[in-house]
Amino acid sequence: MKLTVWTYEGPPHVGAMRVATGMTGLHYVLHAPQGDTYADLLFTMIERRDHRPPVTYTTFQARDLGSDTANLFKKSLEDAYARYQPEALIVGASCTAELIQDDPGGMSETMGIPVPVIPLELPSYQRKENFGADETFFQIVRTLAKPVERTQQITCNLIGPTALGFRHRDDITEITALLSDMGISVNVVAPMTSSPSDIARMGAAHFNVLMYPETAESAARWMERELDQPYTKTVPIGVGATRDFVREVAEITGLDPYLDESRLRLPWYSKSVDSTYLTGKRVFIFGDGTHVAAAARVARDEMGFEVVGLGCYNREMARPVRSLAKDYGVGALITDDYLEVERSIEALQPEMILGTQMERHIGKRLGIPCAVISAPVHVQDFPARYSPQMGIEGANVLFDTWVHPLVMGLEEHLLHMFRDDFEFHDAAGPSHHGGHAPKAANDATSAPAPAATETKTAGDGCVIWLDDAERELKKIPFFVRGKARRNTETFATERGVSEISVDTLYEAKAHYAR
Amino acid sequence: MNDLPRLPTSGGCRDEPILKQRGQREVFCGLTGIIWLHRKMQDAFFLVIGSRTCAHLLQSAAGVMIFAEPRFGTAILEESDLAGLADAQTELDKVVDQLLERRTDIRQLFLVGSCPSEVIKLDLSRAAERMTEKYAPSVRVLNFSGSGIETTFTQGEDACLASMVPVLPETDHRQLLLVGALPDVVEEQAISLLTQMGIGPVRVLPAPRADSDLGVGADTVFALTQPFLGDTHAELERRGARHIAAPFPFGEEGTTAWLRTIANEFGVDDETFESVTAAPRARARKAIAQASESLRGKSVFFFPDSQLEIPLARFLTRECGMQAIEVGAPFIHKGIIGPDLDMLAQGPVLSEGQDVDLQLDRCRAARPDLTVCGLGLANPLEAEGLSTKWAIELVFTPVHFYEQAGDLAGLFSRPLRRSDLLQLGVRA
Ligand code: SF4
Repeated sequence: MKLTVWTYEGPPHVGAMRVATGMTGLHYVLHAPQGDTYADLLFTMIERRDHRPPVTYTTFQARDLGSDTANLFKKSLEDAYARYQPEALIVGASCTAELIQDDPGGMSETMGIPVPVIPLELPSYQRKENFGADETFFQIVRTLAKPVERTQQITCNLIGPTALGFRHRDDITEITALLSDMGISVNVVAPMTSSPSDIARMGAAHFNVLMYPETAESAARWMERELDQPYTKTVPIGVGATRDFVREVAEITGLDPYLDESRLRLPWYSKSVDSTYLTGKRVFIFGDGTHVAAAARVARDEMGFEVVGLGCYNREMARPVRSLAKDYGVGALITDDYLEVERSIEALQPEMILGTQMERHIGKRLGIPCAVISAPVHVQDFPARYSPQMGIEGANVLFDTWVHPLVMGLEEHLLHMFRDDFEFHDAAGPSHHGGHAPKAANDATSAPAPAATETKTAGDGCVIWLDDAERELKKIPFFVRGKARRNTETFATERGVSEISVDTLYEAKAHYAR
Repeated sequence: MNDLPRLPTSGGCRDEPILKQRGQREVFCGLTGIIWLHRKMQDAFFLVIGSRTCAHLLQSAAGVMIFAEPRFGTAILEESDLAGLADAQTELDKVVDQLLERRTDIRQLFLVGSCPSEVIKLDLSRAAERMTEKYAPSVRVLNFSGSGIETTFTQGEDACLASMVPVLPETDHRQLLLVGALPDVVEEQAISLLTQMGIGPVRVLPAPRADSDLGVGADTVFALTQPFLGDTHAELERRGARHIAAPFPFGEEGTTAWLRTIANEFGVDDETFESVTAAPRARARKAIAQASESLRGKSVFFFPDSQLEIPLARFLTRECGMQAIEVGAPFIHKGIIGPDLDMLAQGPVLSEGQDVDLQLDRCRAARPDLTVCGLGLANPLEAEGLSTKWAIELVFTPVHFYEQAGDLAGLFSRPLRRSDLLQLGVRA
């Protein structure tokens, strides 16, 4: 039993719903109690879908237990087939139905439904949403995809996009265009946009582009084995990764690598003098493994940030994320405990967070700017405008969205220059974020300052800020104050100094100057 | 007595046939109530013993993560808990120990049952008893079910309040008990109106804190402020309290009828009643008249959701000039909703329970001007050209009594006004 407050991932059947809802001509019959129908609103509200997810819930009640639940399932399946006439069905159990062991898969086999009925075994008490999506897509592919003749032209499948995915809609457009520039057309995009009959002709493609390992790696491996289709290992998020991706595709296909960079702005924007202030910004990165790995590379190599910590919530990605963290010389945080992530951020005091909507809330509380790079999604993650993460335009989007929460370069100097003016309001924050003044991390700016603040440090005992030093710290603009506080405390602890004076503060500043 | 509402000459709906279909129900489970209950009871923690699905439901229903550490959470059952039951009880003890150690502000702990905990027959009442002994007197531990196999949406609040009644101390004082978790602003208005009429003492269930001296006994009379409190009603009667049956306080008419029924119980004379209610009544009428302009002559279709459907249909048809096509409710408890049914003119289909596919067929065929439905159905119906109102907002927003009557009408008229306003044209 584990106490959970907020979760990064839903249960595995929500992953199955993401696959089914992205597709057409497929229907999901889910053995589940009525309350589980809440999941529909994820799709109709967060993603603003204009159709109900293609899911029929059996909505069994307590009085059905032990007598009727199996028949209820059969009736729901019959009715759903009759009403929706899908090309294929998937059937399975939610957490509660798993306990009553009605075996939806076994029952459906005996019912003579004239289209493929694909049973799903999703262990609700062990696995989560991403696993559910990956396993569901794998089962669908395994059942429906057959070896077929290759297309004459070089084609590929784009695999991984689902309903409720982080920018999947726009990534499809971007990657389709990028491949088309190389002379490769897309055979099938799946699961999102495909129907069961599309899945059946996936074997016609020459290779697969694995866009999101979280949701399609099992299917990619199976197709490599059974349909002899290699798949790409690079996820084209960021400039370097996009170029690597093009090279990888060229290797697989024997075509010449080609990438139209005429619209690419990230490199020049990052070089422009205004971006100097981005140098060494300390960032903390958290999300799903794929987006975290991509973001880390962009952060360090293309934005000039310093990655001070990273991690992911999906255990399936623990291995690659651990080795990634090693490359960056930081610890890897593999957890789905939101409070643990918060503690970690609090201890590291980064100047910026690249995270999920959960970290955005943490950032709000701690006064640290945050840009969202990964699911779990929020209605804000489905902007009306074109906003991919992948490819050339994706790189441009990354630059804009990551820089947006920060104070602009020149503005930073001006704020510093005017900080003693009476008009200057310390908590005013970046001028382009009207009305959303971030709350300073540890500084109770509005409350009267305590005589001395105690701060627990990693080592033994406490470091005390003397009154003068605390006041001096307040004069430092809020956007660097967290770093100054942390550096000073580290500096003091390392030297066995237990009281921080104004001198300690400036000695530390000199020590860390770069 | 002249303030009691006129009944429809054609006869009300109390004895009308009820359409009952059985198929997929598109409703929340009772766990959802935790979202508003935890706000109301400021020293209570709601610990769901359930699955990742339950945790995800709470998170999705809350919409956003309002607090870093809210006063609710889910003890997620894992493979190991499902193996042996004795094990699960010890595990639960551990979770509660940790929780109460960290949250010293907690005075009441609710162990909330879910579908998984009920299917594996995890005995939460035994756990609650054991923990009450262990943590007495600083924390009181109760249990109720919010599971989807036992409860629908607002029934979670009913189950929670019902669990509190048996442990209330006995009192032989004459008192009025208002039952239902209302937003503070609304609750204060109600108490103020009643107090001005000389009615008192007025107490409220749920009390904001566990240490209030709320009691119950044979001299307690109670009025419900929400129509979904059937089990709480039964528990209170078991304790000797007497129910004052009245229409629910939605709209000017409903509020007046509700107040008048209580006033009669306490022997308030007409003059006093008039002087206390005249001004807010006039305000409410005016506000409704304004807000309901775009509702007049329009039709409305209710999907079942919160059990508020019948009183709201009564309000919309009688005070806002709408026509009801279908009024669907998850349950129709005539002992409680009877006075509202009496006032609702015959005509609409009354339905209880749901087969959502068949009900959608009826809705599409009727093409109502406004459809009141859950969040899973709203956008898909909008995409088919139907205007919708999300039902859940009716539970989260202050809508009771005189001063909110205009807001209540406004909740329904806004979607219609919006579709009139937008000039989005057709695709070129
Ligand atoms: S319906 Fe049951 S399993 Fe689903 S969220 Fe509600 S209590 Fe949990």
